Amino acid sequence: MQRELMERIRALMDKGVADQVLAWKRGEFFYDTEPAILTKDELGEMVYDSFCGPNLSKYLIKEMPKIENKILALIKPCDSYSLNQLITEHRIDRDKVYVIGVGCKGKIDVDKIRAKGVSGITGVDENGDKITVHTLYGDTTLDRKDVLLGKCLFCKGKEHRIADETVGESEDTSEGSDRFEMVKKLEQMTPDERFSFWRKELSKCIRCNACRNVCPACSCVKCVFDNPNTGVQNKAAANEFEENLFHIIRAYHVAGRCTDCGECSRVCPQGIPLHLLNRKFISDINELYGTYQAGECAGQRHPLIDYTQEDSEPSIVHERGNNG
Amino acid sequence: MQKIGVFVCWCGSNIAATVDVKAVANAMRSEPGVVYSTDYQYMCSENGQNLIKDAIRDYKLDGVVVCSCSPRMHEATFRKTALSAGLNPYMVEIANIREQCSWIHKDMEEGTQKAMVLARAAIAKVKKNAPLTAGTTPVTKRALVIGGGIAGIQTALDVADAGYEVDIVEKSPTIGGRMAQLDKTFPTLDCSACILTPKMVEANQHENIHLITYAELENVSGFVGNFTARIKKKARYVDETKCTGCGICTEKCPSRKGLNAFNMGLNTRGAVYIPFAQAIPNVAVIDTENCLHFKTGKCGICQKNCSAGAINFEQKEEILERKYGAIIVATGFRPIDASAFDEYAYTQSKDVVTSLELERLMNAAGPTGGVLLRPSDGEHPKEIVFIQCVGSRCSKDAAKGKEYCSKICCMYTAKHAMLIREKYPDTNVHVFYIDVRTPGKNFDEFYRRAAEQYGVDYIKGMVGKVSVEGKKLHVQGSDLISNEQVHIDADLVVLATAIEPDPTARSIGTMLTASMDTNDFFTEAHPKLRPVESPTAGIFLSGVCQGPKDIPETVAQAGAAASKVIGLLSKKELVGNPCVAHANELLCNGCSQCEKVCPYGAITYEDKEVRGPEFRGTKRIAVVNEAICQGCGACTVTCPSTAMDLKGFSNNQIMEEVDAICR
Amino acid sequence: MPMNQEWKPKIVAFCCNWCSYAGADLAGSSRLSYPADVKIIRIPCSCRLNPLFILRAFQRGADGVILCGCHPGDCHYSTGNYYARRRMTALFGMLSYLGIDSRRTRVEWVSAAEGAKFAETMNDFAKTIYALGENVKLEDLRCKEN
Repeated sequence: MQRELMERIRALMDKGVADQVLAWKRGEFFYDTEPAILTKDELGEMVYDSFCGPNLSKYLIKEMPKIENKILALIKPCDSYSLNQLITEHRIDRDKVYVIGVGCKGKIDVDKIRAKGVSGITGVDENGDKITVHTLYGDTTLDRKDVLLGKCLFCKGKEHRIADETVGESEDTSEGSDRFEMVKKLEQMTPDERFSFWRKELSKCIRCNACRNVCPACSCVKCVFDNPNTGVQNKAAANEFEENLFHIIRAYHVAGRCTDCGECSRVCPQGIPLHLLNRKFISDINELYGTYQAGECAGQRHPLIDYTQEDSEPSIVHERGNNG
Repeated sequence: MQKIGVFVCWCGSNIAATVDVKAVANAMRSEPGVVYSTDYQYMCSENGQNLIKDAIRDYKLDGVVVCSCSPRMHEATFRKTALSAGLNPYMVEIANIREQCSWIHKDMEEGTQKAMVLARAAIAKVKKNAPLTAGTTPVTKRALVIGGGIAGIQTALDVADAGYEVDIVEKSPTIGGRMAQLDKTFPTLDCSACILTPKMVEANQHENIHLITYAELENVSGFVGNFTARIKKKARYVDETKCTGCGICTEKCPSRKGLNAFNMGLNTRGAVYIPFAQAIPNVAVIDTENCLHFKTGKCGICQKNCSAGAINFEQKEEILERKYGAIIVATGFRPIDASAFDEYAYTQSKDVVTSLELERLMNAAGPTGGVLLRPSDGEHPKEIVFIQCVGSRCSKDAAKGKEYCSKICCMYTAKHAMLIREKYPDTNVHVFYIDVRTPGKNFDEFYRRAAEQYGVDYIKGMVGKVSVEGKKLHVQGSDLISNEQVHIDADLVVLATAIEPDPTARSIGTMLTASMDTNDFFTEAHPKLRPVESPTAGIFLSGVCQGPKDIPETVAQAGAAASKVIGLLSKKELVGNPCVAHANELLCNGCSQCEKVCPYGAITYEDKEVRGPEFRGTKRIAVVNEAICQGCGACTVTCPSTAMDLKGFSNNQIMEEVDAICR
Repeated sequence: MPMNQEWKPKIVAFCCNWCSYAGADLAGSSRLSYPADVKIIRIPCSCRLNPLFILRAFQRGADGVILCGCHPGDCHYSTGNYYARRRMTALFGMLSYLGIDSRRTRVEWVSAAEGAKFAETMNDFAKTIYALGENVKLEDLRCKEN
């Protein structure tokens, strides 16, 4: 797949479609991949394997002013939602991107391999439903589905919502489970239980900003948390507003625009289930205003910048909610 | 460091009785940034204002906080005060310690504490205020009157006489409204048509007035001085420019099924009709529901008989788009549907009629030619019972009816009773009433004449039930004065039904963003001081659309509304509201979310070269048209980067208020 | 937590300028009382209420936050309260999800003519907040578990 993809990119570059490609390259370890803008000469650095989890769409924003012709972008089916959303928000100029929809059969979470007691990992080979993990202490075979990224278990499907062409096959890796299951479980708890749940989770936060930096919806020219004039920035310890409410404000700011790509939780070094905040908004929006998937196509108007005269009153929160 | 002055008003004893104003002024003196703090009996008085002006000059104040009544009352006053002392008027904030404090709290300690918090919040806000300058916009010198009844006609005439163009949009085929349906008017008993029709003619002939009849308002956009209205002119199927109003078509029309709305449905008319003899414009109209041509494709007798060739079955509705500087609402009223009050047998007997129906039964141009006859059998009624307050003054919890007094019923019933007794002395007239309300010039004299000279039998009490018994209507009521049950076998029962705003008022109110009360009457900008203006700038109220009124009051209000309109249209330009949205181009993502929620289309996007620490180059950014922006702030909340902010109510200002209150 | 006899709740009421602030004024001129714990912040329209303001209020120790605006359909700016309605529904849902009792947040439509409703609403809301007691949660929802 990687070779096929690389050949296709080279062919497109030879034809003059674009001079650069937004792709993945290897990071420090074999299971680390990171976004990279590569020219034809640098194409050898490109990788595409089961560790290419990062959603690349956001990285196009910065490139926009620099692009004169077009840029090639490798977009997985789930990433295509984010790309559409960014096109909707005029952050990415569709005409400047040649979208190569890359096939995806689910990406692997190295932490899940480790969690199975496998250490000293040196490489991974895949054969269909199984993977062979090479370690310093020998090989181990695991079921592929057991080590997929959390977000792949809620795969949105194998279809690219936007692409100029596609390379490779995709597979829907969702296991038919309800992505709102955990949201519902939390809703069933008493307020105090919910509060302790979040307090426990959010107290792990080290404010590394990884969630913000990776989030395709968090792409403001200048983030409110970096702007002393917004009143939310943490100027000194005296102002704990930012510290207390960072994740909640962030979730609210992306509400309606979040495609549920799951990157926030994937990158969190502390393992905070941040996607559960976004999914709460998505779940409420779906229930109250009709099912809505951000980024399904470009040009959508999301439910929080829309209304109907018959919308339910905010008291519905109390009527539906559990106050113990 | 800023220099803030705090001015605590006593409002006589209105504030000082429950708020220790001196303590508030003292406490504020130690607030950071406050360099001057004082109290005074009446801050809005000339002396009070001078106190503020002197302090601004003496202490070189760059912010003023007035702790007084609601900003809706005197914010403008104190802004002018600041301006005259050389301080930008938007550097003034009001702490509302009267309506929100002294008037609702009885405990001095509690009131004082709250006043201090409110003052601190205002100080916190004013520190984040910025000087603002209002922009100006031109005024379209043309007015739109919605409704062609006496209110609309009078307003239009007055505005037109001052030299401005006026369009009257009337939904029915003729102007004239309810007054045209009336027989005589109280308390002078002069003929309604005789005083109204000359005004209708005058409006029609006025060079500055343009009648757009049989038309409805579709949409209104814009703002004071610069409204754009889309008006749908329905198809009459009669060419207005050709029709001479000869009426031959109306006589020849074979269809006789249409109910005559002008006669309150008491008789029928042709499918092509002229509403009444003095209709203006005197042009026929085809009612397609009853027209044989429209129903079957045959007929066409009217077309064959029209020598002017005015009948045009192909006519289409037309959309007019016009610009206006001011809009006057004169949508009037209708009587409520009496069938909800079936204890009075309205739906069971033709001889139970509403007062407006009686008006037509007594009118010389009405269905009976002015002879009072029972609708059921055409006989003269000998016993007539009037029932007052049908649907008016109902209790809040009642399943039907209005809480308000319809105001005109007492007087028109006295009129009806008097006219009947005069014309038919052999007829007995009984009036059941709760109270007789006659506050108007010569009104009580008029009522007493009915009761004393004309022998009208006024019974204080309500009717419990009217039942149909053969040809008679058995009325069962109570007489509260003699404390006994009254039984009358009546020939005719007249219901003084409540009046309610015309049903089109609600949608018009929504189009104009003009506020209405729970009864769908338009709300005035101030119940006492600005009774003819809507709170929405550029929208004026004329007649019953604002609340129940009789004719002289309506005419007076129509004239008052006209004078306000003239005042507006005579201005060269309007000074806008500087509290508008503004996008910080360095922060703007260009994401277009704000544009989607703007109700005025005030936001557009342009590619602009920006040079900031985060971004250098050409960027898509939002631009607010300050003349169109009304300052609601919808965009500011939609903006994820807080690039969009609202002047006068900025994120920082409100955050500071929150902090001060929660301190 | 033991209920402090002296405890007074902090209640922030955001009122739109055209309907609810005027309704509050009418409550005042009609001398209809409601607890002094309620402090009003004037905003031009209910749609001006940024969720940040509510979060800030709670974080600064507010015990209840209420938004009052024109009745749906009567917004001075035609559509502002429709947007506010969706935003507040979403925000309140999130706050409840975080464990903030949903009775601490409320939206009530109060017209300029409804002075009585304004006072009734504030009395009822204050009563609810008194019954719920002090709100310490959002203030404590910080990175460090105390």
